[in-house]
Amino acid sequence: MVNVMVCIKRVPETSGQILLSDDAQSIDARHVGYTLSSHEECAVELAIQIAKATDGESTVLTVGSQDAVEQVRNALAVGCSAAVLVEADPAAYGPADVAQAIAQVVRAREAAGTSYDVILVGNDAADTGDFQVGVRLAYALGRPVLTGISTVEMSGDTAIAKGKGPEGTEVFEIPLPVVIAIQEGGIEPRYPSIPGRMKAKRIPIDTVSSPIEPAGTGRVRLELPPAQPSVVEVLGEGPEAAPAVVELLYRLGVVTK
Amino acid sequence: MSSAVLVLVETDAHRVTETSLETLTFARDLVKRRDGAQSHALLVGPVDADLRATALSQLADQGVDVVHVAQHDGLSAYSAASWATAVVAAAAASSAAVVLAPGTPRGSEIMAHVAARLDTAMAANVVAVGEVDPLVVSRQVMGGAVLELMRLTGRPAVLTVAGHAVEPASADHSTQPEVNELQMDLLETDLLGRVVRVEASELDDTAALTGARVVIGAGRGAGSANGFDGLLELTRLLGGALGVSRVVTGLGWRPHHEQVGQTGTRITPDIYIACGISGAIQHWAGCQGAKTILAINTDRDAPMVTRAHYAVIGDLHEIVPAVNEELQRRMG
Ligand SMILES: Cc1cc2nc3c(=O)[nH]c(=O)nc-3n(C[C@H](O)[C@H](O)[C@H](O)COP(=O)(O)OP(=O)(O)OC[C@H]3O[C@@H](n4cnc5c(N)ncnc54)[C@H](O)[C@@H]3O)c2cc1C
Repeated sequence: MVNVMVCIKRVPETSGQILLSDDAQSIDARHVGYTLSSHEECAVELAIQIAKATDGESTVLTVGSQDAVEQVRNALAVGCSAAVLVEADPAAYGPADVAQAIAQVVRAREAAGTSYDVILVGNDAADTGDFQVGVRLAYALGRPVLTGISTVEMSGDTAIAKGKGPEGTEVFEIPLPVVIAIQEGGIEPRYPSIPGRMKAKRIPIDTVSSPIEPAGTGRVRLELPPAQPSVVEVLGEGPEAAPAVVELLYRLGVVTK
Repeated sequence: MSSAVLVLVETDAHRVTETSLETLTFARDLVKRRDGAQSHALLVGPVDADLRATALSQLADQGVDVVHVAQHDGLSAYSAASWATAVVAAAAASSAAVVLAPGTPRGSEIMAHVAARLDTAMAANVVAVGEVDPLVVSRQVMGGAVLELMRLTGRPAVLTVAGHAVEPASADHSTQPEVNELQMDLLETDLLGRVVRVEASELDDTAALTGARVVIGAGRGAGSANGFDGLLELTRLLGGALGVSRVVTGLGWRPHHEQVGQTGTRITPDIYIACGISGAIQHWAGCQGAKTILAINTDRDAPMVTRAHYAVIGDLHEIVPAVNEELQRRMG
């Protein structure tokens, strides 16, 4: 039985133009909504698969405000079996704070008898892109850690993990308990069904207040890079533009024959 | 006690990597702005005589004062924790005020270990330095669509440098770096996360995408899994690689290793021909390193079109075959 915890973060769902708040301290996402990073969607799926294959539990955890319940419910709807909301103002929490908060909650729950053999996180958050919560969490718990992993399988007390390396697919065999940062690419996340959503509504979300005083993010302010004026040269419309395209390819030296 | 700026240098089989040269160039500016600071670099892992000689001359060209070389039986296979042990040892040996690495997957991973061990803040994907003391950096967030000014008060400050933040350049004056064979002890726990083997698999095709001079991009506009014939033909004719948007991988039209973007591969071709891709910020995060971008799109106002260098407006299913035909005609 392998118990898995998967840690997720609610992030703005921005794909077009980005607006900053008036004080330039945050992204104004009121009109675009919120989502999960794709890395974390994969981590949630993996948590469910590992737990299912080993008759363990899959617990979803987030450090955030009450609003993050939306993302937690989605994880429950696709099959996580328990949920923890560590209530905190996410804007005040740097990556080291998030790691400390999770570590303390894990320790408290383990002291009370629930173990987490595998803790999954996303490789890097879609918004702040800090690349370090998983590693800091592992150090706080004194556990080994892997990052950039796309698939994980259990073999007894060992996790067999694979990820993309500079020379091919790297394979790791790492003893439990372990922290693993997941990267999109090896796992197909599933999408919630209606019965899944109904079932998720009945699972209680264990809400705890943050066990730590955050040290902060070091953020001075956000800035939008200066808008680049469009310099596009339209070569033409439709198939008639083909000769102009080919001419360009020769001019750039892309075709030499 | 003099202070130092330390760069973790990555190598391939033969030389210091391009992203490491960018990081060294970036670090040199920091050294200049910190009065009396020294420039240190660290080479870790199996470094044979040829690689060592080449790397040392590249580092001399970069104006490095001291090169720490970490060699140890435990470094024969990569593990982030043991590489971090080398960085921490070099940081202590040089009393580094700032430790930098390239913002590659490994660079980011190792620096996260270093920051956790030294209990200091880390800034990922830095593009510029604002103030030097206390250090304020500008770094990419939201996949590069937004910059964050971040203050790093801890010492040493730990940061990774975003790809293409600067153009790699030689120092004004090359140096004759002093070489320090670094003494280090590895713990058993440092080796738990080491690579036990490397498999060749379809994931390797990403290497083709990363290094391609020509990338043909395809997005939702391809229409279906069967909509790629013309695009693949164009890819073949130009000797390039196919790169796709997340909509395409998400719908299962093409495998994930072809995805370009924030959560896919970052490409740096001479030309990126983006067909039926809208140009969402997460996609830009992966393709903004292209020298020239040609967008083929039905929508003249799509961000991919307005931010491209060249565009053709219309249906890719008509335009791409016409381009293929014209190419074949001219190539004979
Ligand atoms: C956390 C996160 C991470 C993400 N990571 C990535 C990532 O790594 N990579 C990535 O690509 N996306 C990523 N995305 C998704 C991204 O936001 C966009 O949804 C995605 O890039 C859109 O793909 P698209 O351009 O193919 O589709 P669309 O946005 O739907 O655009 C399709 C385009 O095709 C044009 N078109 C339609 N038919 C034709 C035709 N016949 N001929 C020519 N043009 C046509 C349309 O005008 C339109 O511009 C991420 C999103 C999030 C939230």
